[in-house]
Amino acid sequence: MTTALTNNPQARLPALSKTRVAQGLLGFAVLLVLTKTLLPAGLVRPPEWLVWPFADWINALFNFLRDDLGLMHVTRAFAEGVEWLLDVTANLLYGRNRWPYLGPIPWSVIAVTAGVVGYALQGWRLALLSAGTFVWIVVMGQWTWSMETLSVIVVAAPFSILFGLMIGVLGWKSPRFEKILNPILNIAQSLPHFAYMIPVVVFIGVGPKAGAIVTIIFSVPPMIRMTLLGLKKVSPEVVESGHMCGATRWQLLHSVQIPTARTDILVGVNQVIMQCLAMVVLASFIGMPGLGQKLLQLLQALKIGRSVEIGITIVLLAVMLDRCTKAWAVRQPEHFEKGTSWVVSNKFLVIWAVLVAVAFALAQVFPMLDQVKRSQALSMAKPIDAVVDWFIVLIDPVTQWLRWFLITWILIPMRDAYLYLPFSAVLALLAAIGWAIGGLRSALVCLGFFGLIAMSGWWDRAMITVYMVSFSVLLALLVGFPMGIWGARNEKRAVKVLLICDTLQTFPSFIYLIPVVMLFGVNDVAVVSAVFLFAAVPLVRYTIEGLRGVPEALIEAANMSGATQRQTLWNVRLPMALPTIMVGVNQSVMFSLFMVIIAAFIGTQDLGQEMQRALSSTDVGKGLVLGFAVAFMGLMVDHLVTRWASGRRQALGLA
Amino acid sequence: MTTPETVISCSNVWKLFGEKAENYLAGMTGNPTFDEIRQAGYIAAVRDVSVDITRGEMLVIMGLSGSGKSTFVRCLSRLLDITGGTVKVEGQDIGALDEKELIDLRRNKMGMVFQSFGLLPHRNVLDNVAFPLEMRGQDRHTRRARALEVIELVGLGGREEYFPRELSGGQQQRVGIARSLAIEPDIWFLDEPFSALDPLIRREMQDEFLRLQEMLGKTIVFITHDFDEALRLADRIAIMKDGAVEQCDTPDKIVLEPATEYVRKFTEDINKARVVHARGLARPINGIAPTGEPIAGHTTIQEMGRLLVNDTRDLMPVSDKNGKVIGAMARQEALDVLFGAPA
Repeated sequence: MTTALTNNPQARLPALSKTRVAQGLLGFAVLLVLTKTLLPAGLVRPPEWLVWPFADWINALFNFLRDDLGLMHVTRAFAEGVEWLLDVTANLLYGRNRWPYLGPIPWSVIAVTAGVVGYALQGWRLALLSAGTFVWIVVMGQWTWSMETLSVIVVAAPFSILFGLMIGVLGWKSPRFEKILNPILNIAQSLPHFAYMIPVVVFIGVGPKAGAIVTIIFSVPPMIRMTLLGLKKVSPEVVESGHMCGATRWQLLHSVQIPTARTDILVGVNQVIMQCLAMVVLASFIGMPGLGQKLLQLLQALKIGRSVEIGITIVLLAVMLDRCTKAWAVRQPEHFEKGTSWVVSNKFLVIWAVLVAVAFALAQVFPMLDQVKRSQALSMAKPIDAVVDWFIVLIDPVTQWLRWFLITWILIPMRDAYLYLPFSAVLALLAAIGWAIGGLRSALVCLGFFGLIAMSGWWDRAMITVYMVSFSVLLALLVGFPMGIWGARNEKRAVKVLLICDTLQTFPSFIYLIPVVMLFGVNDVAVVSAVFLFAAVPLVRYTIEGLRGVPEALIEAANMSGATQRQTLWNVRLPMALPTIMVGVNQSVMFSLFMVIIAAFIGTQDLGQEMQRALSSTDVGKGLVLGFAVAFMGLMVDHLVTRWASGRRQALGLA
Repeated sequence: MTTPETVISCSNVWKLFGEKAENYLAGMTGNPTFDEIRQAGYIAAVRDVSVDITRGEMLVIMGLSGSGKSTFVRCLSRLLDITGGTVKVEGQDIGALDEKELIDLRRNKMGMVFQSFGLLPHRNVLDNVAFPLEMRGQDRHTRRARALEVIELVGLGGREEYFPRELSGGQQQRVGIARSLAIEPDIWFLDEPFSALDPLIRREMQDEFLRLQEMLGKTIVFITHDFDEALRLADRIAIMKDGAVEQCDTPDKIVLEPATEYVRKFTEDINKARVVHARGLARPINGIAPTGEPIAGHTTIQEMGRLLVNDTRDLMPVSDKNGKVIGAMARQEALDVLFGAPA
């Protein structure tokens, strides 16, 4: 099959030998599985000498850092600074009794401000969305929780942006530093959320300031990435023109390079804010109050109506923050005609000042515009609950059957099959895949990553994670791929579907749990469904983008060769789109890994569950080992997909 | 007549790209070709170039892409550090300058225009043009006054508030030109300034550029890959190939006496009558005094075509700008240029 694909005569020979090796390894893996009963125990599960006490070493390292090096004092000092800032924002946003004792700001003022920001950035629609979000929050009586959440974002995001910018600039200045930075960023971006929380709990404790700090740390990597990317993209002529204008290094950086990289840096800001929101919601696990905590409590108590309300709030906030920051990123400067008066050229500032003054004044007269108590709120939880109950009863036969079918016929057999596999066979299989894709190097990379997982001592748990992820991604492929093809049929539809995918991707992962818990209750089926939903979105998106990206000339050539729509799709568009689609598969795997771990709190037996335990017992070593195990799975898939896609791109002449 | 003052003087300038290029250059024996150097793992962007540029002169460096012309101009402004040789600007070796001195030099003496303009997208025309003044630390008011002056000079008056992306390519390059002139540089580098523009605009910008040069009289190093452009603008042309200068001469000489086969190929399809001037054909007078009305030295052969055909003199006097006779031109030679030499 492989030889048929490679038409290039020079590529045939090495490709053949590569496949031979891969086939050999595959045969070896099959042999190991078939002869499992005869195998020595050391080949079925990692033998004891292979399991190294990584957790103890990490714990020792952390103890050393904390106690002997006194890093604790540094982190505590920083945490206190953050706490002071949190108090300030808490006072302003929801009237916590702290300095400067000014708050709370009337909700109407905040809503008006958000509206004007939206209007200034993009226009009426964004103004309505921004202001509307805050109106919804206050009407639903969630003001305090939402402000608790926002107050953390307001403090954490600037820190992340600043750190990210600084580290990014350093990495760009020193190639050596960048070389060290890259693998760290790769790992950091594939570590599940919980892995960040445990060390923070050790150093800082629990509560809002720990939540803020874990949020800061978690959202720095994308900012570093985008800063680096943006600075590298600045055209050399712009830099040279800066030099020729006699700019010093500092002048060059702050008035030439950073402003020219503005769009990329602002995309970084957008990502930071979205990451912040996702993390703040999850930080409820370490005692961060706000929307996340409420949602967690309500979900655990199966109060669907109220969870849906909070879910909508989080979604609205996410979409609003995303749209606003994106609008800011793509905003281009525009000139005013000469002789424009100050009022016109600063009209947004003027409008804002007037509206804020009006809102303040009105809030004095009508207390409803100042603060709305929960008792005055218009929660719709009861009717939602009623509808949901009715709906659940209505489709109960279907969900019951689906649950039974999935658990008995697919999930349990699949899990047992994964657990049946001797670990040596899994490693041989991965080596075979690696070899087939990227030769010896890739095979070693696969072996390295999974070998380390075997050495961590969490093999069975890891296999359960792998089974859930592979099943969910498979399901996502079966659904997402056809949907993507359907979505790419015409341009109009593609734009619409992409918009929906973009919006869905802004939702913090936690949100996906609400509907599945509603439908399936708290069990494996719910977890798999949530993971599937979360993983399907990038697949649809990249399928559409891949298909749309096929050069028009190729499609015209196919049409003129008399190809039918179907023939064009199978012979021209899909092969050309495949490298892009694989990027979607990659993201899909990453997302499912994250989701499986998050979903652990509704009951799984995989690495996520252990991570939750590590979190509650603040066991840094265990937590990080588990986190790295998850990260390695992601990194291995990432390596394979990237390798394959870049090979494919080269073969297609796209690179 | 005073002897022309040398402003930029480069001697044996080398620029090699590759690991530890200095060591390779130091150990180099003989005069290896471009390909031999490439075999050793280095790219020779500039090979042993020696050129002097005098005050007020316009030197055009012409070459195809990859010939090293852009690299060479970057060596002159020290945007790139050279591997070997020296570049002197007004007698000072710029390779020996430290960072501060180099910045000072650029802030006061040099201006540069780039092929894709190199404008700062977040600043409007005024702020882009004022940028070098801002770097110098001049106050807002003087900056603005001077920037407005140069903006007016390049014909962009009234567009000060526009942002680069709101302007056409030609207008953007006018901003680039204005910016490079803001500090009143003595030396003006232009790196393919009109190559990104479409042909009609290019022509217009060349005229504009000649008008500016007429007014300002700067020392100019102008890079182009367009031979016609070079012929139109240059006092002297240096033709580069594989990093080395094949010939450096006046347009007349290049067209009439190409030094190498490579240069000859360039001149092949050129209408020589439009390039060659009377002064290019003038020879010193040895005894015989030519008679009659002298021809102005800056007239091209094409421009005096009718005269050449109708005139009966064998030798025609040629005069300089002030009307002083500088030599004589053989009419037959001029006619050969006009109609092509008889086979």
